[in-house]
Amino acid sequence: MANPANLLYTKEHEWVRIEGNTATVGITDYAQHSLGDIVYIELPKTGNSIEQFKSVGVVESVKAVSDLFTPVGGDVVEVNTILEDDPAAVNRDPYGTGWLFKVVLKDGAKPAGLLSSSDYDAIATD
Amino acid sequence: MSATTPLEHTALHDEHVALGARMVPFGGFSMPVQYAGILKEHEAVRRRAGLFDLSHMGQIILEGEQVAPWAETLTINAIATMKPLQARYNIFCNASGGAHDDTIFYRLDGRWLLVVNASNAQKMWAHLDAHLGSSGVRLTNLHGRSALIALQGPRSLEWLAPHVDLDLASLKYYFCAEGRVYGKHAVIARTGYTGEDGFELFVDGTDARAVWQALLRDHAHEGLEPCGLGARDMLRLEAGMPLYGHELTEAITPVQAGLSWALKLNKPAFIGKEALAAELNGDAYARIVGLVMDGRVPAREGYRVFLNEHDVGEVRSGSLAPALGGKNIATALVSKEAATIGATLAVEIRSARHVATVVPLPFYKRPNA
Repeated sequence: MANPANLLYTKEHEWVRIEGNTATVGITDYAQHSLGDIVYIELPKTGNSIEQFKSVGVVESVKAVSDLFTPVGGDVVEVNTILEDDPAAVNRDPYGTGWLFKVVLKDGAKPAGLLSSSDYDAIATD
Repeated sequence: MSATTPLEHTALHDEHVALGARMVPFGGFSMPVQYAGILKEHEAVRRRAGLFDLSHMGQIILEGEQVAPWAETLTINAIATMKPLQARYNIFCNASGGAHDDTIFYRLDGRWLLVVNASNAQKMWAHLDAHLGSSGVRLTNLHGRSALIALQGPRSLEWLAPHVDLDLASLKYYFCAEGRVYGKHAVIARTGYTGEDGFELFVDGTDARAVWQALLRDHAHEGLEPCGLGARDMLRLEAGMPLYGHELTEAITPVQAGLSWALKLNKPAFIGKEALAAELNGDAYARIVGLVMDGRVPAREGYRVFLNEHDVGEVRSGSLAPALGGKNIATALVSKEAATIGATLAVEIRSARHVATVVPLPFYKRPNA
């Protein structure tokens, strides 16, 4: 699966879509493929303030627990509640129905330190 | 093993790579942890059948008049009473009763085959060699020469029978036979580690690819799936089977692991006998229990277990259990007072306590078994 060109990425394999003041966060197709069957996701709570690049949750596959790092800082305004009962949505559609949480950016500025899709393509290889 | 030791390849390594398996280090070998996905592979074994490469496991041939009485001094179960072509689970212990390895003995025609865990293969070879004494027993290490392919699942008999030269249906559980599979010489055993009916095929390393390819060629279109170590671990845990390094270790005894059925205290002296007898009679030991978790958070090895705010032990294995409707299951080594069926315990996961209920093992039994 190609990594969408309209998203920004981290080297820890998260993606972020920035639309105005709001950012939607997920994990990449490479990440879900590497993890295998995802069985549990612990997300930050709505209303929490989170800092860029900090660990804000976990993604658990059958075999492993992985920290979830946020590509952007701000206030969590929504989490994807369908993942409580269907964490495998992240395996099926990591850039769509498997999104994780939404953040309102603190200062409205574009976050720094993120990768373009072409930069990310170069590191997301086996 | 040092990090710089190159990983060994089984005879089927190139098959795994060609099938797109994700390879991981295990017991000194590069082994497939999954192909299509652990859940899909698990489903194939419970509903149809799966194909496993177990060639990483240690295989040792024992020969000589005194194999049975000699090996009985090193193990907890009976060996001399095994019938020709019978297979039997057995555990080698240390003097304190901890498990040195858990194994299967196969009584073949004129020789015995001992299958040991990959992670313990070198340790076990040294252990056997050091205890040979004047027994006259001869050891042959088949490491790297003999392959082991397992076909496991309810359709195993139907799918394997047309390709062997013996009456597979009459082969009883935990018995074996020597014959041919797709024309290749094999020891065919009705044994396994998944909780399903199935067969384990000991074939020469040079024949392994032909047998593996033929089974997939003939039955993949009916739903036979190659399965990796991930599915194997999920299947064995559902079936309540111990995995060395988890439910059994040099510190965790067979008595603690709930394997006293394999402990024959009426045998003459064997390594660990006194310690195990004292532990069993004292009845104060910590023990392995089955846990079913409330909620969706998986319990994993090393997590602490609590009873009424007291730390009573730790999780030894954990997995999602598709056979239990997707609940999370675990084994835990807990103190006696916590090991009551139906007891409510708590597992600490990232600083939060999650309710778990003690249940009887195994978690899963196959229908009509």
